[in-house]
Amino acid sequence: MNELYSQIIRNGLWKNNPALVQLLGLCPLLAISNTVINGLGLGLATIVTLVASNGLISLLRKQIPDEARLPVFMLIIASIVTTIELLMNAWFHELYLILSIFIPLIVTNCAITGRAAAFAAKNEVGPSLVDGLMMGIGFTIILVLLGSIRELIGLGTLLSESHLMFGESARGFSIVVLEDYRGFLIALLPPGAFIGLGIIVALKNIIDAKNNKQDETIKSIIEPKTLAKLL
Amino acid sequence: MNVLRSHISHVGLVLSIFAVCSTSLVVFTKYNTRDKIIKNERQTLLKALNAVIPRTQYNNKILGDTLYLAPNKQLGTNHISTVYRARLNGMPVAAALTIIAPDGYNGTITILVGIAFDGRLIGVRVIQHKETPGLGDKIDIKKTAWILNFRGLYLFNSNVSKWKVKKDGGALNQFTGATVTPRAVVTAIKKSLFYFDVHRNELFAVTEIK
Repeated sequence: MNELYSQIIRNGLWKNNPALVQLLGLCPLLAISNTVINGLGLGLATIVTLVASNGLISLLRKQIPDEARLPVFMLIIASIVTTIELLMNAWFHELYLILSIFIPLIVTNCAITGRAAAFAAKNEVGPSLVDGLMMGIGFTIILVLLGSIRELIGLGTLLSESHLMFGESARGFSIVVLEDYRGFLIALLPPGAFIGLGIIVALKNIIDAKNNKQDETIKSIIEPKTLAKLL
Repeated sequence: MNVLRSHISHVGLVLSIFAVCSTSLVVFTKYNTRDKIIKNERQTLLKALNAVIPRTQYNNKILGDTLYLAPNKQLGTNHISTVYRARLNGMPVAAALTIIAPDGYNGTITILVGIAFDGRLIGVRVIQHKETPGLGDKIDIKKTAWILNFRGLYLFNSNVSKWKVKKDGGALNQFTGATVTPRAVVTAIKKSLFYFDVHRNELFAVTEIK
């Protein structure tokens, strides 16, 4: 049992990271990773949605007929996202104003459908919740990492505009790393996202190649072909 | 054949049950959060309005005292503009206009312009924009205080030519790295001042302008 959970954690954070290996959810990932705070915001919203959708789909998996599973997943995910959006708008309005642009983007994040089909539909509720959490955290780490790279190169700062997320008391969080930096715009624009993500993926592959030269049996990775079949 | 038919109807049934359940969840949440959301949105709007017209200057219910302007050339926008009218004991004090400037570097820029009845610019805020991060987005009060430069300015016949960014020969500061964005904002503000000057009395008198 513990073996199962530690495998899920390893998969989510590294071996099968949704942003680095499965390359799912690129649309929001590339669009919203221009600063650390933006990345963190989208990441947190994605974690909540992934855990909720994985949990609910796993709970209902025996009731979902195989042929209709994708429309059912989409119904469940879309209604979860809409519900979260409404609840946030009502009870956390300040946070909603900041995150509201990210929330509709979550529906387009195919990492969520991907996890529903690849994991939650076949596993018990417990492991599915952990899988959602870990995949979400793995996605968030890459978002924040890419956000830091782009913000550092593009603006010479880190955590700028923290107050948008953590309130006025967090104004001091932002760090000016490079004084009098003129900025490097391309890092903030879409090309910077592609180049940055490419470099991170390449680094991961280098580390993997060094670490496990013989370990080629990464069974849990969904091959693109299998994924195409699943979806 | 019968097996297939019953299977299809089973799948169809399950799918419709899911559709009904998830839609009900959304409807239920929407219904229960509606009042709270409306209240939040009004508060956010009120906060923005009070940034361009100080709360102490008026005592009417400004959110209810609105007017919608059809898209027109004088305002230089092809969107509907909303006018919020501030009055003190029934006397007109100031108006806030939401103008959607069409000519930002990256799409439209929504600006809230607060103009006192005598034509003085009380305050301006950029409400929504998609300008380039680090360059054009300096119009946003969250990034820099540039927009505060407009506070207290007037538009006279004598100074119309000065109502341009410096690069175009005017007197208004742009900022490093962007010309198109400040130009769009300056033009929108200038046009709303013009509009206000011409239509001031109607703006406060009528309930609707066609």
